[in-house]
Amino acid sequence: MKKAEKIGGSVAGYIDDRTGAAKWLRKNLTKVFPDHWSFMLGEIVLYSFIILLLSGTFLTFWFDPSQRDVIYQGSYEPLQNIEMSASYASTLHISFDVRGGLLMRQIHHWAALIFMAGMIAHLMRVFFTGAFRKPREANWLIGVGLVTLGIVEGFLGYSLPDDLLSGTGIRIAEAIIQAMPVIGSYLAFFAFGGAFPGHVFIPRIFTVHVLLLPGIFLALITIHLMLVWYQKHTQYPGPGRSEKNVVGYPLMPIYMAKAGGFFFIVFGITALLGALASINPIWLYGPYNPGQISAGSQPDFYMGWLDGLVRMAPPIETHAFGHTVSWNILIPGLIIPGILFTLMALYPFIESWMTGDKKEHHLLDRPRNNPNRTAIGAMSLSFIIVVTLNGGNDIIATNFHLTINQIMWFTRIAVILVPPLVFVLTKRICLSLQRADREKVLHGRETGRLVMLPHGEFVEVHEELTAEEKFTLTQHEQPRALEVEQSDSNGVTNPNHLKQKLRARFSQAHVEQVPAPSEADVKALEEGGH
Amino acid sequence: MNQALRKLSKYRRHRFAGPALLIVALITLGTTFQVASALPGPSRMETTVQSTLIKEGKRIFNQGCSSCHGLNAEGSSIAPALIGVGAASVDFQVGTGRMPMADMSQQAMRKTPIYNAEQTAALAAYVASLAPGPDSINEAQIAFERDGNTAEGGQLFRTNCAMCHNFAGQGGALTRGKYAPTLMGVDAKYIYEAMITGPQSMPVFSDKTITPEEKLSIIKWIKAAENEPNLGGASLGRVGPVTEGLLVWTLGLGLLIGISVWLTAKAR
Repeated sequence: MKKAEKIGGSVAGYIDDRTGAAKWLRKNLTKVFPDHWSFMLGEIVLYSFIILLLSGTFLTFWFDPSQRDVIYQGSYEPLQNIEMSASYASTLHISFDVRGGLLMRQIHHWAALIFMAGMIAHLMRVFFTGAFRKPREANWLIGVGLVTLGIVEGFLGYSLPDDLLSGTGIRIAEAIIQAMPVIGSYLAFFAFGGAFPGHVFIPRIFTVHVLLLPGIFLALITIHLMLVWYQKHTQYPGPGRSEKNVVGYPLMPIYMAKAGGFFFIVFGITALLGALASINPIWLYGPYNPGQISAGSQPDFYMGWLDGLVRMAPPIETHAFGHTVSWNILIPGLIIPGILFTLMALYPFIESWMTGDKKEHHLLDRPRNNPNRTAIGAMSLSFIIVVTLNGGNDIIATNFHLTINQIMWFTRIAVILVPPLVFVLTKRICLSLQRADREKVLHGRETGRLVMLPHGEFVEVHEELTAEEKFTLTQHEQPRALEVEQSDSNGVTNPNHLKQKLRARFSQAHVEQVPAPSEADVKALEEGGH
Repeated sequence: MNQALRKLSKYRRHRFAGPALLIVALITLGTTFQVASALPGPSRMETTVQSTLIKEGKRIFNQGCSSCHGLNAEGSSIAPALIGVGAASVDFQVGTGRMPMADMSQQAMRKTPIYNAEQTAALAAYVASLAPGPDSINEAQIAFERDGNTAEGGQLFRTNCAMCHNFAGQGGALTRGKYAPTLMGVDAKYIYEAMITGPQSMPVFSDKTITPEEKLSIIKWIKAAENEPNLGGASLGRVGPVTEGLLVWTLGLGLLIGISVWLTAKAR
């Protein structure tokens, strides 16, 4: 035994004698995780969160979250002797007078965008593969909570520098708060400590941005990961993979190396963006002044869909009993997002109600094998894409020489027509892909090799799939539609008859699919069918 | 000296003395008159030049502009009257290539000017001769580098210009296909002329709203923004978060997913 091993062994023994850690570690360090690129999306989010914590801490060393007026005397010439808030001045100071400050600011902001984009990509992966099904509904809810809080956290973050663009965003947020009937104006007064912009909002959101929300994030992410650990990771179907096992590599050493290395890759790419591409150049925006506004004021992309909804809303207001209800803000700013996020959070429960599926699932669905779900997801995505396009309508108008009014009318109509169209198309594409799978299993893969038979007939050689491939393409369950119980054996009409009928209708839509090849199909083929 | 006078005096009664004196006197008188009458000469010549300039301007106008603006610049259903718009307006519209328009689209686009500097000056002189209006500006008249204040100009720009031209002067969309053009690469005198004439959708910023010194400050700030290096790396067009979002979804997430695929690829 080498000397180093001896020392290491005695240290480990010392710790194990006192904590009993060896048994726990042996169990958990050998825990197996399945391998797939789409399982790394969540890791991107986790690592960018760590980058956000580190770079954000750096920024707090110099940031002064205060709205007191100062005269700028720093090194950025075009703003010399201009009156501004201390938070804007200190952000300028970080950008120009702190070594590495601008780089850190840009890394922080790019990491925030990667954090949000990664979360959305991760959410799509979980949705389209059905990873949210029992027993993972709670983790889905936590995920939806994290996305929602992420939007808020990001918005508060880019509002802190108190530049012209962020002030504009805060003004819109105030308008959305005020649009709440009855409580809106009181709530706005409470949040801003009086009339807009006031002197308390930035210090308040600073505390929320650096203390409250990161704390909640940390807690929720911990629970999220603990649940993944405890419930084990889902896996894609394949030979040797079942609902009862997990096929993959052990945490130690494979995933320790992969995940550890991937952290530095994520950090590296974020730093690359921070070093090479300008983000939120607050010195160009100038300090916030309620009397000023810039053309093309936009929120960050994860708020862009909200902005797009507000931009396309027709100007409708009601005046009643001395109150004004601004439907043009209330509906796109609060009601539609509220409905969307509620539906998203409840989706696992909705789907399980529609299909009557109460089983546990650890094997993922290939998106094509659940056409209805995939179509619902694509439909929702198309909705978000259409309204996000409208959020950037002014930039699109100037860059593609279009008129902003036409874009608005196009998206107003498209937001109603495109999602149903995408639903139908996606569902048909999924069914076609299923049909293609079926063909492939029964007739093999088309090789493109043409052979002339002795009697002159040309045939294309089909290559039979391996048993493993066939298994992967045929293993999925094909649930049957729910039956409606109109009346029981005594002829008494079911009191829930209508509700069940609705449910059966949903279930029928949900199970529509091309039958996977069965043994009978294979037999029929062997007996000379084509 | 005395001797020379005495020598000259000897000829005073010479028979050619009379005619010689007469010739000298006539030459002196003639030259004096010639020089004296020549002094006011240039002003008369300038008037002639001016009138030929106006004439030339009218000729160009009739050829290139009158089909829309009318034979006497009285305007028509498709183009405004030009009486009283002043030389500044013509200098801006023609000098930046906006007029004559390439087509009847929403808004005249900045393009390579059709008319050269002399032709533009002739057109400006013609239109200015119809009725008084703001005079055209030459670069020497606006010493914005000397008289302007960048920081103050920035404040004024954000209050008066940014709502259409964007925070960095990159331009922005207006309703129905109209737009506020980018201010990058525009000559100082055209920016000044645009402010005093209010071309197309732009309002007029009179000297009461924004004083001439303040106009120079605005120009100085625009020029500073134009020449400012992109301090944070690639500028992404200086149009705000839209391009940033685009970059993160394409390059940012694209790279990360590409590496994920690589990391989880099966070893062969």
